[in-house]
Amino acid sequence: MTDTNPDLICRDLTKDFDDFRAVDHVSFDVPQGSFFSILGPSGCGKTTLLRMIAGFQSPTSGDLLIKGRSMIGVPPNKRPVSMVFQHLALFPTMNIGDNVGFGLRQRGVARGEIARRVEAVLERVGLPGVSARRIDQLSGGQKQRVAIARCMVLEPDVLLLDEPLGALDLKLREHMKVELKSLQAAFNTTFVYITHDQSEALVMSDNIAVMNKGRFEQIGPPDEVYQKPATAFVAGFVGDANRIEARVTGVNGSRLTLTSERGTQMHVEAGGADLSEGQGAQVFLRPESITLSTSQEDVGAGQNVSPGTVNAVLFNGANSSVIVRDAGGTLMNVAVPQTGTHAHLRAGDTVFTCWDPQQARCYPAGKV
Amino acid sequence: MGSDTSRLGFYLLLAPILLWLIVLIILPHIGLFIVSISEKVGPREFETGFGNYATFFGEPLYWRTFARTAIMSILATALTLILGFPIAYYIAKLTRGRTKTTLFLMCMIPFWVSELVRTFGWMILLRETGVISTALQNLGLISGPVELLYNDAAIMVGLVYTSILFMVVPLVTTLDSLDNSLIEAGYDLGGTSTSIMREIVIPHAMPGIVSGGIVVFMLSLGNYLTPILLGGKDSLWFTGMIYTQFITRFNWELGSALGFLLLALSSGIVFLGLKLSRQSLSDTMGRA
Repeated sequence: MTDTNPDLICRDLTKDFDDFRAVDHVSFDVPQGSFFSILGPSGCGKTTLLRMIAGFQSPTSGDLLIKGRSMIGVPPNKRPVSMVFQHLALFPTMNIGDNVGFGLRQRGVARGEIARRVEAVLERVGLPGVSARRIDQLSGGQKQRVAIARCMVLEPDVLLLDEPLGALDLKLREHMKVELKSLQAAFNTTFVYITHDQSEALVMSDNIAVMNKGRFEQIGPPDEVYQKPATAFVAGFVGDANRIEARVTGVNGSRLTLTSERGTQMHVEAGGADLSEGQGAQVFLRPESITLSTSQEDVGAGQNVSPGTVNAVLFNGANSSVIVRDAGGTLMNVAVPQTGTHAHLRAGDTVFTCWDPQQARCYPAGKV
Repeated sequence: MGSDTSRLGFYLLLAPILLWLIVLIILPHIGLFIVSISEKVGPREFETGFGNYATFFGEPLYWRTFARTAIMSILATALTLILGFPIAYYIAKLTRGRTKTTLFLMCMIPFWVSELVRTFGWMILLRETGVISTALQNLGLISGPVELLYNDAAIMVGLVYTSILFMVVPLVTTLDSLDNSLIEAGYDLGGTSTSIMREIVIPHAMPGIVSGGIVVFMLSLGNYLTPILLGGKDSLWFTGMIYTQFITRFNWELGSALGFLLLALSSGIVFLGLKLSRQSLSDTMGRA
């Protein structure tokens, strides 16, 4: 956001439908050559926002600039943006070469030149010599690359991607994440990517905007969004987190003492959270921030320690976790370290959970 | 045992269609063909030969009517397509939900009335003392009554009106199956309305266009009522000629020959149409 000449600027963009506001005063800049993701649950307005950038919908108010030029009133076929559709929207009646060459034909590029450029872009996406093939002869990942090639051959200023990985199976999706990121780096084009899958956004993006109910809750680099979520919604939506409803029972500088509904006391280092005594709060704690131990001696001072019993062991390879029920009956999801120290844990075992007050995030209650 | 019963079931299900094909289509055609190759040499005396077919080619009235019927039918098909496509596109792509159902129903409703009654409706509108003529006189646009019936334009109007539904229905079905995002992708990649229509919508709708075209063409070519009623005695429609041979002239032999020629003509033109549009019959009929 330090770039002085961003490729895409949105200023107070708002879109009203008959009875609700799909996009609510959204503002952001996307610097040239960066990968920008808009992450949000379905129905949060991210598709509407993308369609406004593409030009299929016009904003109710606000401004949209691409390369410094306002796009208000410019039809989609005159905008320097291309879009990769959710289901790719490759033309089934044309072969791959004609699909990729479609945009160039519309611009009146000479036939020989089209063939040359189509071949060149197909080679860049790793599919040389497929021009004559039909769409249905390609695999899911290849179709994806053809769809990107079809857009990139036009050298757009901004490439929009509407959850293009949604239809792929898990293995291929993991693979395409890496591939999309490297394609973006190779073309050095600005990508705006919308998704509801946080891992896609975290892996690929330079910047992520987390969207909820038509508003941007936070814009920032993936690590910042993950580690310093600005709102309770971001903390709950991005990554896994244990959410504890609690009440503030003591304030000592930036250190808060909270008591959960079930009576467990905890300390949280809440820099910036505007909370006073007696107020309701939500505490978010990542499963990997909690340490497990079988005896109380291992635990360092100043930590939140509580005894509990293992309720269930969820084995999931590197993402294995245990669910611990504390004395008050609250269930906590705790990540199991990969060192094998707790491989012997079984349901019913007694354990101690401890976590650093610095690791938790605390927000005023009432807003989700 | 299981396979025996399922085989029996298969034949039982197949029986009605086989009966229909054999008894109502193949047998009559064989009979008709035998009649068509019998030449009358004297009272109740017949010889086998292609004399009836020779008569057709020898008499200009026959083959000119034949050609006229074919050309008029092709024209009617083309007009129906030109009129039907925008209607179908509007119904399939620009409306949704209730409006769509209503519009579709409005296209269908006229077809709840028999063709005869619909054609009489057109006669009430078009005849000398009819609605249009009277209205034009009352508006002072013409001085005397004008006869709008009994010409080729009236036949064309009738044919298009009679068959437009059979064009609209397959077109709506195929256009419905066109994903909207393909049209949006076309715009996004810089296409104009014209180029998207030409490169995306029409290629997608081709099976619908062809199957609608085949049905409308066949209906027009084989239509008897509309050309006779709206075109009058001089309408010169080939089906009218066959009717005359069978009923008025009682010349079943020539009538059968003409019938077979009509069959050959329609099959030939449909074949040519499929070849020109690079579609296959099974494709178009299967998809629409």
